[in-house]
Amino acid sequence: MKAGAVITEPGSTEKKHTGSWRTFRPIIDPNKCTACTLCWLYCPEPAIIKGKPHSVDYRYCKGCGICAHECPVKAITMVREGSCETTP
Amino acid sequence: MKQLLDGNEAAALAAKLARVKVISAYPITPQTTVVEHLADFVANGELDAEFMKVESEHSAMSACIGAAATGVRTFTATSSQGLMLMSEMLFVASGLRLPIVMTNANRSLSAPLSIWCDQQDSMAVRDSGWVQLYCENNQEILDTTLQAFKIAEEMLLPVMVCYDGYILSHTAEPVDVLEQAEVDEFLPPYKYPYPLDPENPVTMGPVGVPEYYMEFRYMLQKAMRASQKEIVKVGKEFKKKFGRGDGLVERYHSDDAKIILLTIGSLSSSAKDIVDRYRKRGEKIGLVRVRSFRPFPVGELIDAIGHAKAVAVVEKDVSLGSAGGLFLDAAASFINVEPAPLMLNFICGLAGRDVSPLQIREAVREAAKAAESGKVKHAVKWLGLREKLVGLEK
Repeated sequence: MKAGAVITEPGSTEKKHTGSWRTFRPIIDPNKCTACTLCWLYCPEPAIIKGKPHSVDYRYCKGCGICAHECPVKAITMVREGSCETTP
Repeated sequence: MKQLLDGNEAAALAAKLARVKVISAYPITPQTTVVEHLADFVANGELDAEFMKVESEHSAMSACIGAAATGVRTFTATSSQGLMLMSEMLFVASGLRLPIVMTNANRSLSAPLSIWCDQQDSMAVRDSGWVQLYCENNQEILDTTLQAFKIAEEMLLPVMVCYDGYILSHTAEPVDVLEQAEVDEFLPPYKYPYPLDPENPVTMGPVGVPEYYMEFRYMLQKAMRASQKEIVKVGKEFKKKFGRGDGLVERYHSDDAKIILLTIGSLSSSAKDIVDRYRKRGEKIGLVRVRSFRPFPVGELIDAIGHAKAVAVVEKDVSLGSAGGLFLDAAASFINVEPAPLMLNFICGLAGRDVSPLQIREAVREAAKAAESGKVKHAVKWLGLREKLVGLEK
């Protein structure tokens, strides 16, 4: 650790899993997702995994909901943690 | 060369001699002329530096933090309410380990509004991770400010040089001003290890999650403790080169003293006069002046006052709801140490009230009484208090 908490190597955010901060979990409906990549573009963390359909990397997702807000086909719903059957 | 300088001129000259590259400061009484002198130096071309005008002390310290992060020598100055407004950023500066040097012309705090001297302002930010050095006279302001850069840059810690408002800031004394070449030799350009540089990007000020924060605080604390050695080392080097300089504490006729006055700042000069008078009469009274209040020199203090029967801590500040700041740290130094001297605290001179020789004699008398009886009647006493005004008259 460097004095003053200076970080001299890039990529430190990858090492810190922030998924435990989440209150609401984004769930992507694979039938609706058109893989347009807008959610990937807007996500402030590296938490959207591109694919057909896209999926969420719950190790990093803080549950901010920007992806759900931006999704043009309303394929993403935010569900309160603990209230849903689906496990990440 | 000797020049007639007030304390603010000495502080400004020291910053100029240190060849600071960025100054960001906001004028506040009684520090104002430091800012004025530095602005003049820059405007006249005497000092090659960026003078950043800002709208507040919070911004002044923020600008200094940004400047210091690029690796340049950075300076600011303030007083009282300005220091309070800065206080949020003081912790950021030390947490980021940026070697900023600041002079603080000590002034009391509102309310009631007061522009006069005491040390409540800097004492209030003693926990901010800044090294705090207190000066006794104008020569020491110049010398200590120069030393401060060296200490700061070696330890990666910000350093606050404190001196009494008006009593020093506005009073002229002969000050030996070092030649530029001498200062350049003592204080060469420095290299900050992780400067902000687009070619080598770094992250500064990241989140300190619970898994890391304690370790960074521990590192800061360790650096603060270790800076004691650096203060002594730099003081010795300065003394060797220029014939002046002190370490963590100054001892004045204290080695064989049974009663010791423990002081800080310019008050020490007046108290030394009183010590001289007692000594002339053959009475073993001494004085110890704390120069480094942060880090607090526990070991050195035990060595300097541990042999006394009673110690009178005379200071111009109070931790409201407790006692004087110097007294608290001095008393805490003797926890688990035996034998320990009896300790008495005298609060005086708040908001520029004159500390008279009579008051200092009273402190000595009380300490002598305690030494004789082995008992302390009042641990904390306010000297020169107008008791009639606060309804304490018997």
